[in-house]
Amino acid sequence: MRHLLTLRETSESDIRFLLDTATALKEILQRPVKKVPTLRGRAMVTCFYENSTRTRTSFEMAAKIMSAEAINIAVAQSSVAKGESLKDTVRTLQALQADCLVVRHPSSGAAHFIASQVRIPVVNAGDGRHEHPTQGLLDLFTIRQIKGELQGLEVAIVGDIAHSRVARSNIWGLTRMGARVRLVGPRTLLPADVDRLPVQVYTDLRSGLEGVDVVNVLRLQTERMEKGLLPSLREYSRLFGISVQSLRVARPDVLVLHPGPMNRGVEISDEVADGACGVRSAVEEQVTNGVAVRMAVLYLLMGGGGMSGQD
Amino acid sequence: MDAEDVRRALTRIAHEILERNHGAGNIALVGILTRGVPIAERLAQTIQRIESTPVAVGRLDIGLYRDDYAHRPTVPIAPSAIPFDVTGKQIILTDDVLFTGRTVRAALSALLDIGRPASIQLATLIDRGHRELPIRPDYVGKNVPTARQEHVRVLLQEVDGEDRVVLRKPSG
Repeated sequence: MRHLLTLRETSESDIRFLLDTATALKEILQRPVKKVPTLRGRAMVTCFYENSTRTRTSFEMAAKIMSAEAINIAVAQSSVAKGESLKDTVRTLQALQADCLVVRHPSSGAAHFIASQVRIPVVNAGDGRHEHPTQGLLDLFTIRQIKGELQGLEVAIVGDIAHSRVARSNIWGLTRMGARVRLVGPRTLLPADVDRLPVQVYTDLRSGLEGVDVVNVLRLQTERMEKGLLPSLREYSRLFGISVQSLRVARPDVLVLHPGPMNRGVEISDEVADGACGVRSAVEEQVTNGVAVRMAVLYLLMGGGGMSGQD
Repeated sequence: MDAEDVRRALTRIAHEILERNHGAGNIALVGILTRGVPIAERLAQTIQRIESTPVAVGRLDIGLYRDDYAHRPTVPIAPSAIPFDVTGKQIILTDDVLFTGRTVRAALSALLDIGRPASIQLATLIDRGHRELPIRPDYVGKNVPTARQEHVRVLLQEVDGEDRVVLRKPSG
């Protein structure tokens, strides 16, 4: 594996290698001194053309724990503001001897474009509404950690799927690992190409959650409201909000994930978010697991003989 | 070495460990993955049989601490599991073959990142020489003089289905 651009293009064996490695690396996070020397002398550059707290910080933590340098380009204060093209920016970062680029960009496909312009590994930290592979991996990791395995699980992804790169990475990653995926949401928030995805579609929450093992609740991107895709937050919450009540039709041991940031009281109730009333919520574990998964990604892409990958 | 030789060597090492540490009170065994782990487990069982004191056993993956990752493909990392606090303990580090000493160097770094043992001692089933670092074993099953190009392979029941040590000449 040279880059991590999508889970759609990541093989089952690479996903398995990453999840297994993350399992081993997670132990380091529990140590009093959270540091291993593995990536000493390597430099990861993060370059985010969109806002992010948890993803960027998580990559930075991951790099530092593995002893790599972590350098962040603040895009607003960079030459990008002077009109430098994406191509020139990433080539410059490569010339500065970065060993790995982690990029978030509002355009779908930006990560592939960048990968075609540089010789160093590129990690897609979210490109438009296309993919967010490390979030997908950390969701897979969290589910596997709690459920034991992914094969045969029934997973519902609920909410604003059309605008969600998290949903896409989940769909490809989960189905590759043998889970079944349902998309649940109002018709206006389902992607246009939904027929070509390996999923079942539900526009009714109750039938969509019936018998599921896992519910991955997406953030309702309220900025979309203005475009008339939803009548009101209150109506959305009533029809698609995940609450203790709506989870009753799911399996009794149903696991709830949310990639954050959460709109409490809109797509997810307080009780579910906090894991109260007997609900198994993994929201905080997801954040911790995100660091372990990103350590594994950096190890695979920057460790070893550089880009030779595993044998 | 055949299965009986391996058994006798490990029994002797168990006695030596007890003698040197004045009993099993403060010791813990840490095996270097892969074949150091069954060796640590067997030593622990033997010590327990002799002293009737249970001895903690941990496993250590040194993949993250290698000094040669720039020259090798990315290796899979297995979870390390040290289910006890190493600080203040007499740690017996175990491996199957001691060769250049680089694996042991990596294991020392890995262990010291987890805590501050009172001491670390090294037990190896085979010492084949050719050290590249100032590292020496405290307990040796058997010294086997080798040429640098030869291969020493330790086979253990738990991993390989049989106990045997084979010395192979370089092929070709």
